[in-house]
Amino acid sequence: MSTNPTTPALSTSPEEAAALRKALASSPRPPRASAASAALTFGWRGMLKVKHVPEQLLDVTITPVMFVLMFTYLFGGAIAGSTGDYLDYILPGILVMSVLFTTVYSGVALNTDLTRGVVDRFRSLPISRPAPLVGALLGDSVRYLVAGTVIVVLGVVLGYRPGAGVGGVVAALALVIVFAFGLSWVFTTLGLLMRSPNAVMNAGFMGIFPLTFLSNVFVDPETLPRALEAFVNVNPISILATASRGLMEGNAEAWDIAIVLGTAAALTAVFAPLTTRLYSRH
Amino acid sequence: MTSNSTLAIEATGLVKAFGDTRAVDGVDLSVRRGSVYGVLGPNGAGKTTTIRMLATLLRPDGGSAQVLGHDIVSEADAVRSRVTLTGQLASVDEDLTGRENLVLIARLLGFKRAEARVRADDLLEAFGIADAASRLVKNYSGGMRRRLDVAASIVVTPELMFLDEPTTGLDPRSRNQVWDIVRTLVAEGTTILLCTQYLDEADQLADGIAVIDHGRVIAEGTPAQLKASVGSGALHVRLLDPEQRREAESVLARELGSVHLEPDPAALSAGCADADRAAAAVAELAGSGVRIADFSLGQPTLDEVFLALTGHPAEDQAAGDDPTPREEQAA
Repeated sequence: MSTNPTTPALSTSPEEAAALRKALASSPRPPRASAASAALTFGWRGMLKVKHVPEQLLDVTITPVMFVLMFTYLFGGAIAGSTGDYLDYILPGILVMSVLFTTVYSGVALNTDLTRGVVDRFRSLPISRPAPLVGALLGDSVRYLVAGTVIVVLGVVLGYRPGAGVGGVVAALALVIVFAFGLSWVFTTLGLLMRSPNAVMNAGFMGIFPLTFLSNVFVDPETLPRALEAFVNVNPISILATASRGLMEGNAEAWDIAIVLGTAAALTAVFAPLTTRLYSRH
Repeated sequence: MTSNSTLAIEATGLVKAFGDTRAVDGVDLSVRRGSVYGVLGPNGAGKTTTIRMLATLLRPDGGSAQVLGHDIVSEADAVRSRVTLTGQLASVDEDLTGRENLVLIARLLGFKRAEARVRADDLLEAFGIADAASRLVKNYSGGMRRRLDVAASIVVTPELMFLDEPTTGLDPRSRNQVWDIVRTLVAEGTTILLCTQYLDEADQLADGIAVIDHGRVIAEGTPAQLKASVGSGALHVRLLDPEQRREAESVLARELGSVHLEPDPAALSAGCADADRAAAAVAELAGSGVRIADFSLGQPTLDEVFLALTGHPAEDQAAGDDPTPREEQAA
């Protein structure tokens, strides 16, 4: 019944109070963080999360491993005549697929952040507006790198020998990560529009799953019905897979690479400002 | 500095609507520099929305506001570099440790790596969380989380601090610690805008109070003025025997004046600010043979303030105050 206003206020000792006053006094404002430095700091935050919850990396490692093994040994013989031939065809494709699937998690992670209070703090700081987003995606790029590396190493263990050697593999990996960076802006936009992390996950995979399967990642499009073949040939994911195969074999077409980089730039140009705008207004 | 005005916040006619709900419906505020200003109201009254507009997190649909001399819309960045926000959900990253949280904020504010670490450790020490510095924040208690939150808000001493319900869900000890921190901040010159649902809290900390209801300021003044306008307190009595309530009512009416019969058939209360008069009234009750189970002298609650000001109790006004889901209420 009674409210009690007379709680003793002696919870802080004089020493604590002195330490508090000292902490308050000794905080001159340093010069503002540059946009790049703020973005890198957010990238560091992403790394710390992986450090504290390494299980996060299971998503990006186990699934691709399952895909490589399943497609190579289950479908390889039927699709390409032998598992060895199919491995040569599918390995760069699976690299593309597993990295692109990982981009969906960028949107999921952003949506999860929004349900917590910490985003309010970031948004009330005097920092470059896109820095939290660019930084998070830079951090995610490290996850993409992990996913890609796992696939390549597994492929080599299973007998895959890229014609262009280590240089070709690194170039292919870099191209895939650049494309993934551009694509992940689509999912961060989605992450700001959907109501829950699960909804982002579902909508994200509903988009990326058919797009990946309707590409040349798994099968040669020449075997497809005419209309489907036409679609598969213009699907940027097909072009990315073709360019990656080319880089790993040493016979990439400059035009394919240009299309991939152009698509990544276009996705970034449209969806990065959109994401930033939605984030600032959220 | 574009302004030497003595006002830290000057808001005129702020409006924010979510769909059909006008969460904030024309709020005017003037907050003096160096003061603690309390915004008092029930859940859903529009407090959080008001604070989020002033902290540049939400764009107002109408009206305007200057914070430390800068417009919250056209000069949002200048506002951000002078204020800090401690939100209702503790604004810390649960997936990082306490120290990492502070280093993160310090780095974002422009501290070099080594300076950031020193600053983080100083703050952890000052806020009594040094022992838990390397633990993940998701394992912190509600009080620790809140202290870390306030620490993150003062990595650089702000000119103005927004505090949104800083003690909701805290135990009394943690609440007192947060209050002490607020008092120290004020003593060092920071202006504070404090949102709360507790009259007690506003009374403890604030120099001025605005009472807000359905998105509007319905009363304004010092805590003392506000309480005086309500009737500054009440003697609450509960009887052993409800049969004696009529008799108790007449004694209290004679001694203290206005008597209110509570829903509990054994309880009644009478407006009274003065402890001596209350004691005399209780003695008179006992002397007249009324048997008392317990009694207390209380300040008016937010409910009583609301009842007096609006004629309706301070029920939760639900929808509209805060679009963010409120899933956690600190352990």
